[in-house]
Amino acid sequence: MSSTFDQIANIIAETCDIPRDTIKPESHAIDDLGIDSLDFLDIAFAIDKAFGIKMPLEKWTQEVNDGKATTEQYFVLQNLADRIDELVAAKNAAPGA
Amino acid sequence: MQLDYFQLIDRIVDLNLDEKKITVEAQVPTTHTIFEGHFPGFPIMPGVLLTEAMAQSSGWLILGVLKFERMPFLAIVKEAKMRGYVSPGQLLTIEAKLEHEGSGFAVTKAKIRVGKELRCSAELTFGLAPFPDPALRVHMDAMANKIGFPLQAITHD
Repeated sequence: MSSTFDQIANIIAETCDIPRDTIKPESHAIDDLGIDSLDFLDIAFAIDKAFGIKMPLEKWTQEVNDGKATTEQYFVLQNLADRIDELVAAKNAAPGA
Repeated sequence: MQLDYFQLIDRIVDLNLDEKKITVEAQVPTTHTIFEGHFPGFPIMPGVLLTEAMAQSSGWLILGVLKFERMPFLAIVKEAKMRGYVSPGQLLTIEAKLEHEGSGFAVTKAKIRVGKELRCSAELTFGLAPFPDPALRVHMDAMANKIGFPLQAITHD
């Protein structure tokens, strides 16, 4: 089974037509890969579907805007993969999961 | 359908919030200046307007799901397929289903039929935002009343 990072990288490559080999764990989705907010909607939909989660994009954006978090925490791909793993773990730990 | 006001939807036939589906009807006018240019001697509804009709149908569904707390704005059109001509005077039945409600966005799949025949389909993504102006909210309430939006559907859980 491929890693969370690999799954995200494949989604980004397919959604944004970015060569897969240029997408690295240390890549920043916005600053390095140039993904804009519209493309990120598409990516978020694909990630939500693939992992059965609802990424809290609005909460993350608010935290960045309020200075409580940096974009790197959410948009460097390895960090994004870690956040997704946390969301999947939380979902699996929830009652009835 | 009031093309001059970009009102593509006439009537909500069914809104099922449990299944997150909506069915609406829209009557294509028999005459309009659009048909003079699109096309002379062969008038048909432009695909962009059919896509807008699917978007407006989806929009009412999303408004219902969100209990009018946010306004959906069309952001992405995918896999829009015009499968057959739509002519002046035809009655459209438009169905939309919510595929996913994400954080700040929603995705629907919509179809237009004439009778039983499928004429168009698309996957649509909407950004969800607070109403940017009170006048828009007032307008949407008036439109909801006009097209028979079942307000009781969003007042009971």
